[in-house]
Amino acid sequence: MAQTPHKRRWLRWFLIGMPVLLAVVFIGLRMMFAVPDGLDLADQKATDAGLYQVSLTPNAGETTVGPIQQWTIFVMTPEGTPIDGATVGIDGGMPQHGHGMPTTPQVTDDLGNGGYLVEGMKFSMGGWWTMKVTVDGPQGLDAVTFNIVL
Amino acid sequence: MRRVGLAASAVIACVAVAMYQYFNGSRWSQEERSLIASMSLSALPTLPPDPSNRVADMPQAVALGEDLFFDLRMSVDGKTGCVTCHSPDQAFQDGLSHDVGKGIGLRRTMPIRGSAYSPWLLWDGRADSQWAQALGPIENPLEHGSDRIAAVRLVAEHYAEPYADLFGLVPDIADLPARGSPLLSGVQEANWAALAQQTQTEINLTFANIGKAIAAYERTLLPERSRFDDYADALAVGAPADDILTDGELDGLALFIGEGQCVTCHRGPRLTDDAFHNTGVSGIANQPLDQGRTLAISLAKDSPFNCLGEFSDAAKEDCLELRFIRDSHDMLRAFRTPTLRAVAQRPPYMHAGQIKSLERAIMHYLIAPTAPAGYSELQRTGLQPNDIPALAEFLRSLDPIQGRIFP
Repeated sequence: MAQTPHKRRWLRWFLIGMPVLLAVVFIGLRMMFAVPDGLDLADQKATDAGLYQVSLTPNAGETTVGPIQQWTIFVMTPEGTPIDGATVGIDGGMPQHGHGMPTTPQVTDDLGNGGYLVEGMKFSMGGWWTMKVTVDGPQGLDAVTFNIVL
Repeated sequence: MRRVGLAASAVIACVAVAMYQYFNGSRWSQEERSLIASMSLSALPTLPPDPSNRVADMPQAVALGEDLFFDLRMSVDGKTGCVTCHSPDQAFQDGLSHDVGKGIGLRRTMPIRGSAYSPWLLWDGRADSQWAQALGPIENPLEHGSDRIAAVRLVAEHYAEPYADLFGLVPDIADLPARGSPLLSGVQEANWAALAQQTQTEINLTFANIGKAIAAYERTLLPERSRFDDYADALAVGAPADDILTDGELDGLALFIGEGQCVTCHRGPRLTDDAFHNTGVSGIANQPLDQGRTLAISLAKDSPFNCLGEFSDAAKEDCLELRFIRDSHDMLRAFRTPTLRAVAQRPPYMHAGQIKSLERAIMHYLIAPTAPAGYSELQRTGLQPNDIPALAEFLRSLDPIQGRIFP
């Protein structure tokens, strides 16, 4: 089984090189559609100044590209007590494409228990979307941005 | 040493399997396979209802609408009809950079097939239904050059029976002037203003019904199957697919869903996202810059023939697109993504036919030029000039197969 050192070196490079090459190609292809790493995809967050807890959820459970959907925002105190009667706004867009949503979603109903109905949500393409929710409630004005990846 | 030999054999075996799958029609990842399946006509959902048009799916309305679509008397001089720009022999468009009726229009004629699936019609989406769209050209001095009173008179004189079967009696035209419309000037405007409000409403209602009949016909014009659909369907079920598309077409498909990122906007079975985008298409020399979607938003909202208007059959809950319309400055020079079905049969390209060939149209996306106004969404991708022939080949595989209309 005597192999020359030359042959052995070739094999080693081949065995190390192939997976590295494949990984580079794979990662390169993935980056074409690159959604930034480490996006916070939580659907419940504290607002920027910490005045409220806000959650943002599609009523259908899942989000899809295409149809106009209803979503629900829940607004709570940092301790989790629901807040009714706040003025809640929402808008969004695609940071990587430089455009907003294809529609103008609006809060159309105060559902009670801290819930606010959002109508007119529509995503026209897959990728990274951001949705900014503003809350004007008893503690004042605050906002929070959610990341959604479709 | 034996371990190294075994590992080498394993790598070689993996490469061999990958190559076998590649050349055996399995060149696609699972993600790519589902993207390809999502673009097949077989994934086209059932035609959504048009709640704003109660006759949309009635055969009598289709028959009346077809007659009206081809009737050249629907114009001021009897020489222009819907069919003038939307020729069935040319994928229901005209192959011209600007629509030509009584004059030369500002934009290119859009194809009709599959437009019943679109929430917005025309390049700028100023109409929110097929019937609202159908009414515009009749009164456009550059297109049919006619008007609503003349159209109502035509229906009363030549289509009274089929019209009455669908909508009830046609208005009494005995005391009506020959012509008139609130949108036009001179004698037509004066004639309209002289009418009693109730008469105006009757005319508007009949005019809307004319649009609804034409829309019922246009709803029957569905996208046609292509070789790409045959390939996608065969791939989905694991049937032999190798001979359906050429290697060049498959390379183009890979670029379309991969590096070119075309599928981002040209997605789904109709290969459109039905949305408005500024892609940096150039303006026309010596013409004011077309604002695109920006100007259309108020036109759509204020049209008496929209989904929320008094001539619509829809409930408020049915008019989501109009109620939540995006009214924003980022729509400057945004135009609706056109379908790519039968695209190779429809040069010239873009909203005013600025680009003459398929290859040049693809080149536009490689260059991703700065927009003449507003901001282009296009970003340069990994596409290279050498990729253009394959992409063009793939787009040609979307040509309809003669005589095979979906479903």
